[in-house]
This record gives sequence, structure tokens and C-alpha cells, in this order.
Amino acid sequence: MSKIEYTSLQGKSLGYFALLGGLALLMLIGLASAYYMEHHGHYVTGMSNQIVWGMPHVFAIFLIVAASGALNVASIASVFRKKIYEPMARLSALLAISLLAGGLVVLLLDLGRPDRLIIAMTYYNFKSIFAWNIFLYTGFFAFVGAYLWTMMDHTVYRFKPYAGFFAFVWRLILTTGTGSIFGFLVARSAYDAALMAPMFVIMSFSFGLAIFILVLMASYKWANMELGDAVVSRLRNLLGVFVASVLYFTAVYHLTNLYATQHHDVERFLLLDGGIYTGIFWIGEIIIGGLVPLALIYAPGVKNCRTTLGLISTMVIIGGLSKIYTILIAGQAFPLEIFPGYEVSSTFYDGVINSYSPSLPEFLLGLGGVAVSLFIVVFALKVLRFLPASLADSVADPHSAK
Amino acid sequence: MKDSNGTTLDTKTMVDTTTMMDAEPVNTSRREFISKAAVAGTITIAPGILLHQTAHAAKSGAGNLNTSVSTRPLDEDVSDKNRWGMLIDTTKCANGCTECVDACNKQNGLSGHGRPQSDTQYIRKVSLKSKSTGHELSLPLMCQHCETAPCVDVCPTGASFVRADGIALVDKHICIGCRYCMMACPYKARSFVHEDVENQKLTAPRGKGTVEACTMCVTRVDNGGIPACVEACTAKNHNAMIFGDLKDPNSPISQELKKHGGKQLRSDLALNTGVRYQGLNE
Repeated sequence: MSKIEYTSLQGKSLGYFALLGGLALLMLIGLASAYYMEHHGHYVTGMSNQIVWGMPHVFAIFLIVAASGALNVASIASVFRKKIYEPMARLSALLAISLLAGGLVVLLLDLGRPDRLIIAMTYYNFKSIFAWNIFLYTGFFAFVGAYLWTMMDHTVYRFKPYAGFFAFVWRLILTTGTGSIFGFLVARSAYDAALMAPMFVIMSFSFGLAIFILVLMASYKWANMELGDAVVSRLRNLLGVFVASVLYFTAVYHLTNLYATQHHDVERFLLLDGGIYTGIFWIGEIIIGGLVPLALIYAPGVKNCRTTLGLISTMVIIGGLSKIYTILIAGQAFPLEIFPGYEVSSTFYDGVINSYSPSLPEFLLGLGGVAVSLFIVVFALKVLRFLPASLADSVADPHSAK
Repeated sequence: MKDSNGTTLDTKTMVDTTTMMDAEPVNTSRREFISKAAVAGTITIAPGILLHQTAHAAKSGAGNLNTSVSTRPLDEDVSDKNRWGMLIDTTKCANGCTECVDACNKQNGLSGHGRPQSDTQYIRKVSLKSKSTGHELSLPLMCQHCETAPCVDVCPTGASFVRADGIALVDKHICIGCRYCMMACPYKARSFVHEDVENQKLTAPRGKGTVEACTMCVTRVDNGGIPACVEACTAKNHNAMIFGDLKDPNSPISQELKKHGGKQLRSDLALNTGVRYQGLNE
């Protein structure tokens, strides 16, 4: 393979500044929403003492999970030595860092006391997986940052395989940690499953790659650079494997629960009687986020259609948000089983399905986090050379020419 | 710090009052008056409520179960010599009665904002009906003060903690309001302060954006008293709640547990709760 030439975006067009400006505006709106929520208190949101984590967490967890997955392409290149992925490794690492940053901003701004960030950074309870995650997040920035450095600075290029390897291991640990936030919750019927950790890892592969594909295609299209079918087709097939894997883990999770009588109630709620949650599960998560993308990925007629791949990736993202929503919100909506065998009622909503309607500020805060991620990417693409000047088939995969 | 600022204030108040009374000139009739006033005060408002309860217990034949218990000097660290706990007899808990809830709200200054979804509740009455037998009962539910509390395990900063004497608390100074403890609590015992709080009690500090729960009236207990809910239940002559030291084999709570047993809610989680229940038979 010939030496890859990297380039930065010129970033002088009206379109570029409009994009940057639009994202900045969304960030400001997100910030204003957070201020509104903090100033008045969380009662102005849809969250309550029953649903304690709401829409901001859906966005935050989605972005954090996707961050780990966005590193896929780089990992496949440097850890598994697949040459065709090599030119895209820089963008992959950049996206990983920016998605994590966006997710963490949302997570932080939704705290009851975001002003106590310094306490979160200085007081640790090492039995808490949450505390561990704080190290995993900062470590992720450090490892992926170092990895990027070895990719972009030839004086330290020889360390790239090591940096790539550690970043790979770290991102697996990070997503294991994110999944374990739920896996370790022994009290709630929908959580308390070791499967949460590997399921989150595979979810990260899928969601992260979907975002990567969209960012890659948009960058090359808007910058008028060539992106060949060899690369795109590889990514498409890889996405297919990941989407199928997420469906597999989802099936195993529910089938395991269905086998145990004590989990029948929660499964009935999630799969049959849960109203909006059941709808989001079947329509959002399974159909839009799983079955339709799978069918389109392997449909012969649209194999090299970029628009279709864009649609597929968008559907995987919608499915991903739906999946996090059902895990997070439906898991809380189902009442705690404190008194098995009893019908329960109280003034504190014991024994009832808890309701949750996300408020606009929550949604805007989440969207602000997405804007933070994309702003970092769009800005970084201009100031540093992350993108190969061409990803034409002859550059990315010379053997593909038949 | 772990004893909370409220403790210090209460102690100070108590010591000052005692000093003031001791400094009065000796006068028999006056002393008589003061002691009578002290007795009357004890009966109506004082946390110790020893005499009042004894009277009640004698009347109801329930025995003197909820006497003033803590003997630890206030300048001494909390130790694991005691394990404070509660025993709730659901057969005595009257359906529709909210004395314990009202007393708790008053004690902790929980007035609410008319928003039941987000208003704080430290203790709530839960109505139960057995699906198999139709048997109905009600009980008070609050923080179960677990020995190995999930809220403590998951708290990233260590703001959630269990004192050596078994009382689970939140250090409001280092709670960042992440609500992970609320996700982890098997009893939904915790509330998040969703909005500004006014008219706070000196003994029950609260803060917007932090998490809170039943403190087992820690300042009262540290001063030798019993939790407000238990006091109210006893005062109403229901005697459904016993407070005491689970580590003292001679305490009424230990004796009652030894005699009739007590159930831990979600005992499958093996949390060794400080609150136990009787009469939870389907």
C-alpha cells in the first residue's frame, strides 16, 4: 500500500461555518437548558423520585457507549492489522474522544450538583462502578490521545502498535464498566445481569460504527474528496455483523429472563404490556434499529448505494437510542418488587408502572451533548490532518481493482 | 463531620439548657415547679419521652419497649457497640393511620410542594393485599438501614455511608446528586431534592440537588431519644414500632425478635437490614 497522504479541511466555505455555527448554537441551547434545570431544580424536568435518570442519561450513555465503538476502525487497523482500515484510524480515534466528551458533558450537567465536579474528581469510593468509570473515562482520553499522537507524530510512530493495543483494551474495559452500571444493580428486575457488560460492548461496536460511517461519508462528500466503494463496503458488512450481534445479545437477555418465573412480570411488561416502552422496544429497537438495517445491508439491489448506507446508519442510531431508552427508562418504570406475592399501593407510587414524559430542556441538553461531539470533530478536521486526502479504492485497497 | 452539623447544634442547645437550669438559685418550690415542668415537657415534646411511654405501656400492657436508649456520651465517637434498628409489627399498624409519616415530616421539615412525583418522602405507608389469600395489611416503609447497603456500594464519592452503629446517612457536603444510590436502593427509600428547600430544621439539613432519606432521626438517637415515627406510633397507642439496639440481647427489640422473629424485606439480597417486619404472612 502506498503512503497515505493526510489532509485537513480548508474550512473556509459558508457551509463549514454554517455547520460550526449551528452546532455552537445547539451547544448554547443545551447549556441554557442545563442552567434552567439547575436553577429551578429538577422538578421542571420529567424526572422524579421514580424515574431518576431520564432523557439526558439516554443521550449521555448512548454517546459514551458509541465513543468506545467509534474506536473500532482504529483498533481493527492497529491491533488486528487490517490494512484497509489504517487510513481511517485517525478519524476513528478523534471521533472516539469527541463522542466521549459530548456524553460526559451531558452527564455532568444533569447532576444535581454539577458545581461539585471537583468533589467527583477527588473523593472516591472504590467499590462504586461509577467511581471506576471516572477513571475509565479519563483513562480513555489519555490512551486514545496518546494513540492519536503516535499516529500523527512520526517521531513516536514506533509506539503506535502499543498505544493502539492499550487503547483497544481500555475501551473494552470502559464499556464493560458502562454496562456494569446496570449489571450491578441487584435490586431492579430489568437489570442485575452479567450479560449487560458484554451487551454494552457489542452495542458500542454497532452504534459507534454507525456514527463513524455517517461522519466519514459526510466529510468526504462535503469536502469533495474521493471515498471508494472498497472501504464503504467493508464498513457496511462490518456494521451488519455488529447489528446482528446486538440482536443476538438482546434475544439472549430476554430468553434468559423468560426462562425464570420470577422475571415473567418484567418481561411481560417489556415485551407485551409496557405501552410506549413495548412500542419503542419492538418498533424502535428491533425493527428500525435491527431487522430493517440488516435486511438493507445484505439486500443485493442497494449494495453500493451511499444514500441507503446513510439511512441504515441513521436507523442503527435511532435503534441505539431506543435500546438505551428501553434499558434505562423502562427498567425504572417497572416497579420494584419489594413485596412479592402482594398487590402494593402507596402515596410514593409503589406497585405502579412509573410514568415519564421527557421535558424539552432534557432533550435539548442531550442534543447539546451531540453538538459538542460534532463540534469537536468539525473543528479538529480543520486544524489537524485527520482525513486521508483520498480513500479511493486504488489508495485504500489496491488489490480491490479487478 | 459524619455525625452531621445538626448533632453539634442539638448537643449545644441541650448543654446550655442544663447549665442554665443548674445555675438557678436553690428554691424548693421553684425546683418543684421546674421538675414538674420538665416532666410535662418530657411528656409532650422531649425526645426521651420515657415517662410518657411508660405510662402508655403500662396502660396498654405492651411493655416498656421504646425507652430512651443511647448511652454514648456525645463527645465520644460513634462505635459498633450498638446497632440501631426497628421492628415493625404489621398486625398493629392501623390501615389509614399516618401518624408516623406526619411525625417524620414534622421532625425533618418535609413540607412538600404539592408535587407528589418529586416531593421528598422519608417514610410512607404502604398498603398490601396478598394475591393468593386476599389478606390485607399496611406498614410503614423507609430506609431499611442495611448493613451492606447497595446505596453505599454504588455511591461514587462516598457520600452515602453507614455509621458504625448501623444508621445509613448521606453526607450532603459531598453528594454530587448523581442519583445512582436511588437506582440501587431496593426499597425506593431515597428522594432527590428537586427544588429549593425553605424553613429547614437545624437537626435535618437538606439541600437542593442532593439525595436524602430517613436518618433514623440520628440527632434524636444521639441524644438518647428515639425516632419521631416510633414515638408517634407509641403515643397513638398503636405500638407497632419498636426502636432499639439489635446488639443488646436484653433490649426489648432483641427480646421480641428472639421470641417471635422478624422478616427482612428483600432478604434474598442478604443486606442485613436494620429494620425488620412481623406479620408479613401471605
